[in-house]
Amino acid sequence: MSVTAYLLLASVIFVIGATTVLVRRNSIVVFMGIELMLNAANLAFLAFARMWGNVEGQLAAFFVMVVAAAEVVVGLAIIVSLFRTRRTVSVDDENLLRH
Amino acid sequence: MNGLEMSTAEQVLFWIVGPITVLGASALLFSKRAVLTACSVMVTMVGLAFLYVGLGSPFLGVVQVVVYTGAIMMLFVFVLMLVGVDVSDSFVETIRGQRWIGAIFGLGLLVVLAGAVYRSTFTFVIGGEGAAGDNAGAVASLLFSDFAFTLEVTGCLLIVAAMGAVILTHRVRLTKPVTQPQLMAGRTKRGLRLTPPPAPGNYARHNAADVPAIDPSGRVIEASVPSSLRLRGQVHTLRGLSQDLLEDPPACGPKEVKP
Repeated sequence: MSVTAYLLLASVIFVIGATTVLVRRNSIVVFMGIELMLNAANLAFLAFARMWGNVEGQLAAFFVMVVAAAEVVVGLAIIVSLFRTRRTVSVDDENLLRH
Repeated sequence: MNGLEMSTAEQVLFWIVGPITVLGASALLFSKRAVLTACSVMVTMVGLAFLYVGLGSPFLGVVQVVVYTGAIMMLFVFVLMLVGVDVSDSFVETIRGQRWIGAIFGLGLLVVLAGAVYRSTFTFVIGGEGAAGDNAGAVASLLFSDFAFTLEVTGCLLIVAAMGAVILTHRVRLTKPVTQPQLMAGRTKRGLRLTPPPAPGNYARHNAADVPAIDPSGRVIEASVPSSLRLRGQVHTLRGLSQDLLEDPPACGPKEVKP
């Protein structure tokens, strides 16, 4: 019961994040959806870590957090520089590589 | 932890915090304002931190609050302010029906994931509660022995990411900086306003920033309201403001006294 409950919660949160990426246009909101998916994966990691009674799963979640921090820094820098050149944060208008 | 069942305290924690996290996360789908979305996601992150502590890893719960709520979401809000909060999500679909297709894909993913979780059986929960008192110590001893190299690599990653952010947001100045006299001369040449714009609010009746000032002839000075409020269309009109200003517009010179 306990692992199943946590995994179901993690699935719901992951799906909300994934649907955000599919549906929303504001690139900052899309980025928050990606963060939410990483958090859902962390929750699953911790549930499994407790199921097996070791800390390797916690370490995996820790490294996910570190990589997420690095990813957020670079991603937001890209969004800021895109906003400076194109004056928009909508993912529809960022078609610089199309032509 | 007694095998497959949750303890009562854990059940209470899960059924209170779990719905709150899902509610906070669902703002990502339904909220139109990006800042509100960021605040709701912060609630989700704090709720997840509670769940992490409940799962016997208080170290990661604290790290979650510090890194996600304290650093990452603050960075999101900072960038939202930098980009401008008036930039709202456009609801014009460039691909027809893309919103519904996305929602259907999300539902399908939920069904697949939940089905896989529901149909699989798990072993008895061994639990790390015994070591929960020294959870940080257990994590540290593993982190600095078996995963020491990984830790160093992630350190490199953080430094590279910080350098990359600095380089990405840095702009090389292509033109000479404009000095104050040059700016003034340009304004005079183009016939623009030389003085600072008048302060918002009129005649001490209203001092809110979204109320425009009134010039002596009774007309509204649009430039007195901050430009971000004008962009968002949050300027108060005189009609919406007060009736007496409309009936009795302030005029310059001595006013006639009504009997």
